[in-house]
Amino acid sequence: MSPPAGSPVLEVERLDVVFGHGADAVHAVRDVSFRVAEGEAFGLVGESGSGKTTVLRVIAGLVVPAAGRITVAGEPQGPHRPRGFARVSQMVFQDPYGSLHPRHSVDRVLVEPLAIHGLARRGEADRRVERALDEVGLGPSFRFRYPHQLSGGQRQRVAIARALILGPRILLLDEPTSALDVSVQAEILNLLARLRRERGLTYILVSHNLAVVAHLCERLLVMNSGRTVEELTVDQLRAAAPSEPYTRQLLQASLGYDRQAAAQLMTFD
Amino acid sequence: MTPILTVDDLWVRFPGRVRTVEAVRGVSFEVGREKLGIVGESGSGKSMTGRAILRLVPHPGQVTARQLTFEGIDLLTASEPAMRDIRGHRIAMVLQDPKFSLNPVMPVGDQVAEAWRVHSGASWKESRRRALEMLEAVRIRRPERVYRAYPHEVSGGMGQRVMIAMMLAAGPDLLIADEPTSALDVTVQMQVLAILDDLVTERGMGLVFISHDLNLVASFCDRVLIMYAGRIVETCRAQELGAARHPYTQGLLRSLPRIDRPVPELAVLDRDPAWRDGPSA
Amino acid sequence: MSRAGQLSGAAPWRAWLLSETPRSRAQARLGQAYVSWLGFRRNGLAMAGLAVLIGLLLIALCVPLLTDRSPFAQDLSARLRPPNAQYWFGTDELGRDIYTRVLYGSRITLVIVGLVVVMVAPTGLLIGTAAGYMGGWVDTVLMRVTDVFLAFPRLILALAFVSALGPGIENAVIAIAFTAWPPYARVARAETLTIRNGDFIAAIRLQGAGPLRIVLGHVVPLCTSSLIVRVGHDMAGIILTAAGLGFLGLGAQPPAPEWGAMIASGRRFLLDQWWVATVPGIAILVVSLGFNLLGDGLRDVLDPKVG
Repeated sequence: MSPPAGSPVLEVERLDVVFGHGADAVHAVRDVSFRVAEGEAFGLVGESGSGKTTVLRVIAGLVVPAAGRITVAGEPQGPHRPRGFARVSQMVFQDPYGSLHPRHSVDRVLVEPLAIHGLARRGEADRRVERALDEVGLGPSFRFRYPHQLSGGQRQRVAIARALILGPRILLLDEPTSALDVSVQAEILNLLARLRRERGLTYILVSHNLAVVAHLCERLLVMNSGRTVEELTVDQLRAAAPSEPYTRQLLQASLGYDRQAAAQLMTFD
Repeated sequence: MTPILTVDDLWVRFPGRVRTVEAVRGVSFEVGREKLGIVGESGSGKSMTGRAILRLVPHPGQVTARQLTFEGIDLLTASEPAMRDIRGHRIAMVLQDPKFSLNPVMPVGDQVAEAWRVHSGASWKESRRRALEMLEAVRIRRPERVYRAYPHEVSGGMGQRVMIAMMLAAGPDLLIADEPTSALDVTVQMQVLAILDDLVTERGMGLVFISHDLNLVASFCDRVLIMYAGRIVETCRAQELGAARHPYTQGLLRSLPRIDRPVPELAVLDRDPAWRDGPSA
Repeated sequence: MSRAGQLSGAAPWRAWLLSETPRSRAQARLGQAYVSWLGFRRNGLAMAGLAVLIGLLLIALCVPLLTDRSPFAQDLSARLRPPNAQYWFGTDELGRDIYTRVLYGSRITLVIVGLVVVMVAPTGLLIGTAAGYMGGWVDTVLMRVTDVFLAFPRLILALAFVSALGPGIENAVIAIAFTAWPPYARVARAETLTIRNGDFIAAIRLQGAGPLRIVLGHVVPLCTSSLIVRVGHDMAGIILTAAGLGFLGLGAQPPAPEWGAMIASGRRFLLDQWWVATVPGIAILVVSLGFNLLGDGLRDVLDPKVG
């Protein structure tokens, strides 16, 4: 299963991640490979312990793999990401309450990345901050608020603004809406879809929610216990045509409670 | 269906220094021997409603109602010893995260046995036997092994099943489940719900299922109440949810992404301030 | 309804501070500080402790206004007089006015406590956060050094330093500082270990921030509240250690009116002329108690545990 034509902006080859040593070692990711083309939205789906978040953190450079290769925009990545990586790829985290520093105002959150990369000249920083806030649907009145003065949805918008302010090509999204109310989720999903259209971004979306993945993505990878189960397109998913029984079971469970289906659930280990 | 729980004009208020927060504002409903779902977003008052029934509202909350009766017992005026007898024995509660509800330094089997002993006064040996029976009833395949395990050694789904076993050990008539499966994987969710489903049917229990997951509640429960800003805005049978009349319910349904019905853009809920002040359904 | 709206009858600057949509960095920061102050103000213990601290500062500043005698002026014909209209707290064995000496002694106490805190808190903070954030051998080395200092009882170690350096206030301050910093490093390290796993740290790392920016800009601000609480509680201990050193003759040297030294020299007269030793003792008691209350109050405000 290969991505559409054009060289891939992200390539993950035979990724292996191990936490701990010796008898306590946990093999979080085993032999995972996939490619994502520029402008695509790719989903990583699985239940807890599947390793999907670990894969995302490896791509970001937060976790060092035991084996395998990550190539981003044609550059193979070593154990440490170069400074410029921040302008190629950024991450949006799951918990809007944990991803913003409790003592920093929204203004500080958005100016800091600019300052780190030398883009914060006087008027320039102000302009960029206001534009970033505007793009995520927050007005300038939010600029000097602190996180505890914002709702969950507003915090997540700030997190998205922070991720985009350096103009990256790739956004790594770690369950960006699981901690949000249903109505707020819809707003954030619409925002993410719009931003991707307008800026031609590439998304790698991690989620346990198949409906969210189906809404935003075109292709997805299903993972279980660190291994790849299968890679398929969202159209195939919608046509209820996944080839693997695990995926079929996941799809069935996502559609809602069904007594007969629940009786037939198998355990995959 | 004769109701086992009747709630009429329930209010839960939290008086504070600056203003009083009204978490539940005039909620009325009845629960029979059926599965009733209460759905709402955060701040809707659904959890507080469940707690108010058992008088477990945290300080400084105040519970008032025109009527709050369970099988003929007035829950508003019952004494604290009477409430202690009701809690766990007649009305049981299962919460979201078993990690916070189970004693971390006691094997889970002993906790189930203890729950049984407290309400039946049976001997330790008899309680242990009953505990193993309950663990089997919640589809735990090797009950003796799980009996000896500590809470941190069991998975989320297993822990939730142990919680259910604990709650059912005393054979309650009504079970209040507050987001019992939200912390679980979707396949484990299905399994735990199937257990609840069977137990409710076999024992003729009533179940109040509180959740934010509209889809899940619609597929699992018999009837659904939708709460918004402390009020009930809609009541209907679960199968009829698609024909919901209140704009909040309709908005919620439209804003959910669905695998089988792709849309280019999800409908965003337009909150009408009138919903806050409308009459409770 | 916003808090600002409810206070529409109150002063406009209050509404400006409590606004939910601040329009500048300054307004936002001042607003946060004001809200913290409001929370602090509600706590009786904290306000009592603060009153003691302010009282001490005022007395130390305004000593010449409160007495016109010198703490060193002797009047051998008025030795060991009990408290009376002329000498409010009586006189000591050299005829010096104890009231005046206690007042001037407050300056010495303040200087010692102030210097120690200023040296110790930032040092402990930096060592602790560096150890906690960097981990690995940096952590091990720094923590073992901390352990060595922690292993000694505070007064004994201070005694050893002062004996080596020679008696005097400056050396007493250095000696106390040497023994007081390890707990701050420990506390800072413990906080850092928790903080560094947060998503907001991962986020700033992903933006290319180096460890120095992360530690100074992100970790340290979150450690300060527990550190402030610790300082509040510690001040009482520092005062007592300084008094202990003074008592042993290793702190401030005579004729300096340091409270501990005054107790030492007044010890001989405790039974018959109790005021010579007791009055400075009460001064130490009041100030230590005040700082303890301040520490408790700050803890309730900055680091409340839901109870």
